Amino acid sequence: MSTHSAPKKHFSVEPVRSHLLSELWQYQLQEGCISEESIKKLSAQYQLSEIEVAGVASFYHFFHQQPAGKHTIYINNSIISELKGFERMKETFERETGAHLNGVDASGTFGLYATPCIGLSDQEPAALIDFYPFTNLNALKVKEIIQKLKQGKSPAEIWDEPLDNIRYTPANNRTIFFAPYIRGEAIKKLTDLGPDGVIEQLRIAELSGRGGAFFPTGKKWDTCRSYKESPKFIVCNADEGEPGTFKDRVLLNNQPGSVLEGMVVAGYTVGAEYGIIYLRGEYRWLVNKLETEIQAFHDNGLLGTDAGRIKGFNFDIRVEVGAGAYVCGEETALLESLEGKRGEPRTKWFYPVEKGYLQLPTVVNNVETFAAVARLLQMGSFEYLKRGMPGSPGTKLISLSGDCKLPGIYEIEWGITVAELLDQCGAEDPYFIQVSGPSGECISVKEKYRRISMLDLMAQKDIRCGGSFMIFNSHRDLVHILLNFSSFFKHESCGVCTPCRAGNFIIQRKLERFKNGLADMNDLKELRNWGTIMKTTSRCGLGKTASNSVIQSIEKFNDYFASRFAATDNSTYRKFDHTTAVAEYERYKP
Amino acid sequence: MATCTFWIDGKKYEAEEGSNLVDAAKENGVFIPSLCYFKHIDPPLGTCRTCTCKINGRYNPACTESIKEGLKVEVNTPELVDMRKALVEMMFAEGNHFCPACEKSGNCDLQHMGYELGISTSRFPHLFKDRLIDYQPKRMVMEHNRCIKCRRCVEEVFTSDGKRVFMYINRGNETQVGIDYVQEAKLSESEAEKAMKMCPTGAIIVRGKSLSKPFGDRAFDMESSQKHFKHTITEKPKVANFEKKTIATVSLAGCFGCHMSMLDIDTDILDIAELVSFNKSPLTDIKTFTQRCHLGIVEGGCCNTENIETLKKFREMCDILVVMGECAIWGGLPAMRNTIPLGECLEEAYLNSVTSEKGENTVPYHEDLPKILDRVYGCNEIVKVDYTIPGCPPSPNHIWKVVKSLLWGEDYSLLYSEFKYD
Repeated sequence: MSTHSAPKKHFSVEPVRSHLLSELWQYQLQEGCISEESIKKLSAQYQLSEIEVAGVASFYHFFHQQPAGKHTIYINNSIISELKGFERMKETFERETGAHLNGVDASGTFGLYATPCIGLSDQEPAALIDFYPFTNLNALKVKEIIQKLKQGKSPAEIWDEPLDNIRYTPANNRTIFFAPYIRGEAIKKLTDLGPDGVIEQLRIAELSGRGGAFFPTGKKWDTCRSYKESPKFIVCNADEGEPGTFKDRVLLNNQPGSVLEGMVVAGYTVGAEYGIIYLRGEYRWLVNKLETEIQAFHDNGLLGTDAGRIKGFNFDIRVEVGAGAYVCGEETALLESLEGKRGEPRTKWFYPVEKGYLQLPTVVNNVETFAAVARLLQMGSFEYLKRGMPGSPGTKLISLSGDCKLPGIYEIEWGITVAELLDQCGAEDPYFIQVSGPSGECISVKEKYRRISMLDLMAQKDIRCGGSFMIFNSHRDLVHILLNFSSFFKHESCGVCTPCRAGNFIIQRKLERFKNGLADMNDLKELRNWGTIMKTTSRCGLGKTASNSVIQSIEKFNDYFASRFAATDNSTYRKFDHTTAVAEYERYKP
Repeated sequence: MATCTFWIDGKKYEAEEGSNLVDAAKENGVFIPSLCYFKHIDPPLGTCRTCTCKINGRYNPACTESIKEGLKVEVNTPELVDMRKALVEMMFAEGNHFCPACEKSGNCDLQHMGYELGISTSRFPHLFKDRLIDYQPKRMVMEHNRCIKCRRCVEEVFTSDGKRVFMYINRGNETQVGIDYVQEAKLSESEAEKAMKMCPTGAIIVRGKSLSKPFGDRAFDMESSQKHFKHTITEKPKVANFEKKTIATVSLAGCFGCHMSMLDIDTDILDIAELVSFNKSPLTDIKTFTQRCHLGIVEGGCCNTENIETLKKFREMCDILVVMGECAIWGGLPAMRNTIPLGECLEEAYLNSVTSEKGENTVPYHEDLPKILDRVYGCNEIVKVDYTIPGCPPSPNHIWKVVKSLLWGEDYSLLYSEFKYD
């Protein structure tokens, strides 16, 4: 019989150090900040120097050194939020709370901060108050919320439970992710299939990583299975930080069971005993839902000793909550973070399947991948292969936002064209589309007949979409969009390697020249060269992809830049903004 | 350990299997620039990226690569040389590096790399981010302006009970290396000095020790680490006869030190006087241009509107414009104010200084006075600059070699020891 224990916080095999992140969270939530006092206490408790604890705490932007107010408000400053009225929301919050952005009001009641995408791009403007979401904000609504909080209501009583906004699923019950879900259907098949059978199914279905790297899942699991060290870990990457994406939010909210079930399948296949869901801090409001589902799995004998009534297969899952760091979506940074360290990506001496969490074999997969695994086993590969297109079977969840009538989740079958998708969502005058987030690929509406699929052959390069699909109409200012992206990367770089830490800062400065009308086409050339240097020399995926949107938009929107900026200036004088340069001095005019 | 054959730029070399590529190349006489690489840190840090090469067709830092049989490495392709140069330039642009005011100058790995790669100016805009100098530790001073976040100290300096003394704090462009006040006090004298020496720049300073030998050993001043070191400049067609040329010079936001250096060529100055005539210049005290000049030499950057006007005039009146010295190139020492808002600087200088009486002083402002700019600008931000001569000041040989090459096409070859930032 399986044991019916409550979800545990940490597994007994995990060293004390790995508790640090959740302990820091306790301090932040209870005391509103991580004070010097707390750092002293923690450093004594963990036998670390104070600077090491401070180094970890200061890496994550939800941890504050100064009190962050009785109620802490985070307004999303992603590009979608900016288009939908970030500036007005910021002003309203400032007026109503009396706090200035990045500060606390005089009474210490409200702390007001901006934070990158909180995974609610389909219902912007949105904010988190004490980590409870408030969506579709307008000035009136903000006023009401703050009044209620002032009257003593808690955000837990008045939050907006985000809608799933599932706008499209393939017709004729061809949906993979949103079909009726019955707990344990996939796990039931494990004994018949055996680990080899599972991997075979994944291979036949050509399932590949849905975080955006599209690494073949079967291959990853098979490699991990081949290592003998134990215990092994299954880590679910729910650190969905790419601006504009929210598909994992919807899956975790709508289909938590299929995600857990996928993890159990992975555990069985590679011989792992422990599963950890690394949930981004912005999704803290989903913790209850996940833990309830974990409990239900225990109650149904799908987790614990002899999980799924499979003799000798012990598997348990716990949830770890991130604390605001985009780079932790990078799998090795995520593992570092789980270990209670700064979320800095590791050098690629080893892959996590060999030496991952605690240097033990670890499978790290995205939320959607696990859900797809569960569904694949449930329906069988024969049924699965009927969806999508040859070479790219199945469906994909796309988080669609921006200038369209129906932002939300689109479960597309691979092979759909951009044009079809634009039609379905009621895109308004689309012009610039950012696929897979700021680090992904930017496409012009001229390319709308390209397909979205996993095919990436030399002759036939389709658009591989990791999840985010942001549509911008022709009135949007491209430079403004790129500036939003570059300041995002500037803050979110882990800071370890030069090209990413300094490069994003430099790119932002350069883009500001464009914004201020001081740039010419020569600056464009430089921007492109500098972006290429970052791409080639950065240490991890963040730096390697951060300049993608800049480089590609220069290539694809040359008309746009040429019409707005002077041709290469051969005159011997540089453009110089004299008025701004002396403005500060002019204040001293008697 | 077995010996392996590997290839660098198409040439065959041998090294022990598993040895680090940076070391293996060095043993074979191939120089791969590196900054964060520190032989005994394992695994290597791979933070600075200065040693980026093309390894088996992929761009990767050499320091995180070990020798395997048949490894194919590209090191000195024009693309890679430029890329590595860009990375070091990026560090100069990101930090606030004022070589002439730094204790580590002459012994600094970053400066050394600049010399080896022949960086005379950074292609990137200097970021002038305001950074603090941490004077709180008892034994050390942490100069955050100079830190290149190589991580050596983080990984190498521990107290006897195994606690870290240094650690990265914050994230993104705010990342810096924090120092633990409790732990650093526990370090022995020699451990502290080891930390200072380990730092590739002058970011870790041990109180009372940094200037014990006033100018240090200046380990990197005289000789290059590369076998065939060469500073190159575009070759120019040689002019047949030494016809007389006209030069104009000026010192903008500078200290006249470059001008002093220019005059510091002993009796050679007599030859020069034969060949050139000076038009507008502090040397002749000619205030306005009386003719078009072949060459303009500018010292100092632009800190006020008058500097801008003068610089533009120089550009207009001179065929070739050369800027000499760090100030003219990117702001130099006067640009120390660039990290602080102008208002704060002026008020500290004129209103709140220890010598000013409350309510007695004002910030000078008059229509006849030039207006102070929000920050100090390098000449290249105002006009197109043709050539730059680094140094604070540049060595006289360097200045005159450039001038002779530009005016009469004389062969230009610079000794390693003539190229300096301080």
